[in-house]
Amino acid sequence: MTLNHYLLASGLLFAIGFAGVLLRRNIITIFMCLELMLNAANLSLVAFSRFNVTPGGLPNYNAQVLVFFIITVAAAEVAVGLAIIVALFRARQTTHVEDISTLKF
Amino acid sequence: MSPVLFWFFTFLMLAFATLVVVNRNPVASALSLVVTFLSLAALFVGLNAYFIAVIQVLVYAGAVMVLFLFIIMLMDLKAERRRKFNLLAVGGGVLVSVGFVGELVLVLGRFKLGESPFPALRAEKIDDVREVGMTLFTTHNLPFQVIGVLILVATIGVVILSRRELK
Repeated sequence: MTLNHYLLASGLLFAIGFAGVLLRRNIITIFMCLELMLNAANLSLVAFSRFNVTPGGLPNYNAQVLVFFIITVAAAEVAVGLAIIVALFRARQTTHVEDISTLKF
Repeated sequence: MSPVLFWFFTFLMLAFATLVVVNRNPVASALSLVVTFLSLAALFVGLNAYFIAVIQVLVYAGAVMVLFLFIIMLMDLKAERRRKFNLLAVGGGVLVSVGFVGELVLVLGRFKLGESPFPALRAEKIDDVREVGMTLFTTHNLPFQVIGVLILVATIGVVILSRRELK
């Protein structure tokens, strides 16, 4: 297996998540597709980490620390985002993005 | 990682990621997302990133997905299933994604460095957690503390957002 295989897999996962964000209209599904895109970035970072072996013969751990940060920020983002969705659902009784168009020009 | 395992988990990951997008029922989408995260964790193990794989299973497949399912169960989302797709959005989404993948294939076709196999790890044992911890607490100590503040802010934000009366 080469680095390009992993990068292609990561790119395909990103494309699927991106398509989901564009074509789905349920705000929770859109949020799940955002998670897919973040995970695609994680996969390519870990692949680069394994590819860039340090002189000591270990993977480059800077990339894995970055993945750690991404996972942490994603968890915080999910918590805040879902709280916003719940508040929105309480006010409007919908999770459909086309029903929430007050800010739309 | 042996090619058989790589292709198996990549196929599983992409198939269930597609199911996340295609499924109309949000509960089915969330459960497909769990399978996607688990196969991604398997790919991480194949890349010798054991700590990240464990974190992936614990945080994503565990905590985040439980939160998602909890919120989905909290709302009554039956009404969403009757709507039909917006054809313009479907066409646009598929078109942009296919364009992105095509561009990626073009770029990777010219990326000769990535066609060489992964170099072997010469270390006697991979002290994964220790190395990540050392990097985290020495080189990246400041970002680590900033992340701590970010999580505090997120916690306070969630508490304020979930109060009954938003003023």
